Amino acid sequence: MKAPLKRSNAPIFWALFGAGGMLSALFGPMLVFITGLALPLGLLLPADTMSYPKMLAFAQNIIGKGFIFAIIALFLWHAAHRIFHSLHDIGIHAGTGAKLLCYGSAMLGTLIAAYALLAIGF
Amino acid sequence: MSKRRPYVRSMDGWWRKNPFFVEYMIHEGTALFVAAYAGVLLTGLYRLSQGEAAWNAWLAALKNPWYIAFHLAALAALTYHSYTWFKIMPRTMPPVVVGGERLPGWVITAGGLAAAAASCLGLLALVWGMAR
Repeated sequence: MKAPLKRSNAPIFWALFGAGGMLSALFGPMLVFITGLALPLGLLLPADTMSYPKMLAFAQNIIGKGFIFAIIALFLWHAAHRIFHSLHDIGIHAGTGAKLLCYGSAMLGTLIAAYALLAIGF
Repeated sequence: MSKRRPYVRSMDGWWRKNPFFVEYMIHEGTALFVAAYAGVLLTGLYRLSQGEAAWNAWLAALKNPWYIAFHLAALAALTYHSYTWFKIMPRTMPPVVVGGERLPGWVITAGGLAAAAASCLGLLALVWGMAR
């Protein structure tokens, strides 16, 4: 009897790549502008937009929690997948070690984000 | 061990010889900025969980000129990612058939870019509304 075909795990990583790519394509530029440029430089938005009480309330809200988690985790999985598949193009053999390093970093970041969001509480 | 040393053509810098592949490497390279920016946000989230002093220290660090320079580069990279993501979308998504005709690629690209512009403006309006 033939052994059943081994199911590939590629669709899972591809789906995470696609979801992160779509999310970063839709919101990425504005997120970078808001958190990295507008607020540190005091442009456009009220200075206390990311003050501790406001961010804490946002991170304690269930929708806010979901948004923060989706952004960080999916951005990481998107980047990990794309970097992993570009390794061959820059002459690095993309073996099991590289795969573990790329997806492992994304997994670690996801777990840290989940831990921090739980620690912040509801 | 074999004494043979067959000639292997060097592939160093192969992509630099063709503008198509230069563009390909740049749009794949945007992933480095996506990863780095996610790292910045993750650091911020972790600092938030440590309390007010840690959070304020992170906010102050973002004012560092190196961080500003990084975010300028990241803004360019993510905008380019956004553009290429929707430019390639006619080839990465299944064909869309409307009224028996295949939807042309430029419609999908234009629709995606319009959605990105709307999402960005919507996000800014939302943040502005919540902060007031």
